[in-house]
Amino acid sequence: MAKVIVVTSGKGGVGKTTTSAAVAAGLALRGFKTVVIDFDVGLRNVDLIMGCERRVVFDFINVINGDAKLHQALIKDKRIENLHILATSQTRDKDALTQEGVGRVIEELSADFDFIVCDSPAGIERGAFLAMYFADEAIVVTNPEVSSVRDSDRMIGLLTSKSRKAEQGQALSSHLLLTRYDVDRVEKGEMLRVEDVTEILAVPLIGIIPECPSVLQASNVGMPVVLDDKSVAGKAYMEAVGRILGEDIEITIPKPAKKGLFDRILRRTA
Amino acid sequence: MGTNTRPQQADTNGALAPFQIRGSSFTLLTLKLNDPDAPGLFERLEATLSLAPGFYRSAPIVLDLSELVRARVTDLVGFCDRLRGLSLSPIGFQGATAEWEQAALDAGLSVFPSGRATEAGAVKPRSAPLKRPSARLVGEPVRSGQQVYAPQGDLIVTAPVSRGAELLADGHIHVYGVLRGRAVAGLAGDPTARIFCKKLDADLVSIAGVYLVSEQLDQDFIGKPVQIRLDGDKLVFEPL
Repeated sequence: MAKVIVVTSGKGGVGKTTTSAAVAAGLALRGFKTVVIDFDVGLRNVDLIMGCERRVVFDFINVINGDAKLHQALIKDKRIENLHILATSQTRDKDALTQEGVGRVIEELSADFDFIVCDSPAGIERGAFLAMYFADEAIVVTNPEVSSVRDSDRMIGLLTSKSRKAEQGQALSSHLLLTRYDVDRVEKGEMLRVEDVTEILAVPLIGIIPECPSVLQASNVGMPVVLDDKSVAGKAYMEAVGRILGEDIEITIPKPAKKGLFDRILRRTA
Repeated sequence: MGTNTRPQQADTNGALAPFQIRGSSFTLLTLKLNDPDAPGLFERLEATLSLAPGFYRSAPIVLDLSELVRARVTDLVGFCDRLRGLSLSPIGFQGATAEWEQAALDAGLSVFPSGRATEAGAVKPRSAPLKRPSARLVGEPVRSGQQVYAPQGDLIVTAPVSRGAELLADGHIHVYGVLRGRAVAGLAGDPTARIFCKKLDADLVSIAGVYLVSEQLDQDFIGKPVQIRLDGDKLVFEPL
């Protein structure tokens, strides 16, 4: 029986797909059979981030409509054993998703997989709703800035009231993942501090992913960032995966690097 | 207004009947008259009604005349006009003796059977007339975009209220946490409703329709425990 994790935010561009790819890859690297599903119909990018955009034959919508079987649409990742991708349609839009169809696919996947990671689109419309409806857990991706925090708050409200778990009177555990955390901007007061965000959102923090150039580099080559061992973000994601698995890993709030004399002379940042 | 779910009765010539008579039951307020000629009766009545103006506006009311066995018959026509002046709507009477009955009928009031008084009884001049339903208690954070409404009672929240969230109550609003969203108390028009919060940072506060937005709040009270009440047409802020 699989655990369904939705990666959502409300706000666009905060790092949901990056996180979905990283978390799914991280879980697979830890030995769990994992599938990541793209719910952003018409604006798909999980396939790009995972580097399998040239291997998509059948997609999520095809399976929902019965045009293809699930095993025909599932793409096996070439680098990580245990990792599979279910891409979505680029030609259709979110109206092609039906609650019944999504439920059927998740049920079928549950039989074979340990984790199902649902990459939600931005917004609070049908795509986002269906991505979260069947979830057991939620990762709410938030940037440390005011619009993202407010949208995440809205999303948490929807998770606690409109999900299937909520309808059944059960708790859907939401976790906060703070992404694109830029230490220097936080120091300058341009970005919110961790304590500010956790105080407003009042859900447990599952990780802080620092702003890191390796994220863009990884997406450019179609690789989940956890596969880049030099990446600070990648390491932070692996720690977050550990916490998802119940491990007690302390969260360290990134501190600005102390600039040495040499750096200051040359006006270099860390 | 209201949909008639029963099939219409047909006339003998097959056309639909233009009306339908059937029984309905209503719960009504009774105004028990102990001494209709008492000086200051209407002043005291007005004071009682002002406790919940929205509730009493145009309220249909039945006059309970059962205490008036020996009193001289008053001018009930004039009495009812004065009641209408206070925006009550006298529609009937109960418990009248023969003398009072004729006067009541002349005043256009209908005969009501002597019903059982409810627990709350007739309007008491001193205390709040009807027991308010118990307060609604919310223990989970009220998130942006969520709306919580406590009809006819108080609302108590023991968790944070986010920006973009809305709390609505006909009675008081208590937030034992930080209030960042909107708090609208006295929604039905009760000017005695108050707002209490442990930490004020609201988008908007309102009592009986009188409101202030975040920008208009006195900075000295932001982030502090505050009680807000309505004084005339102004919101008054006091430290808790």
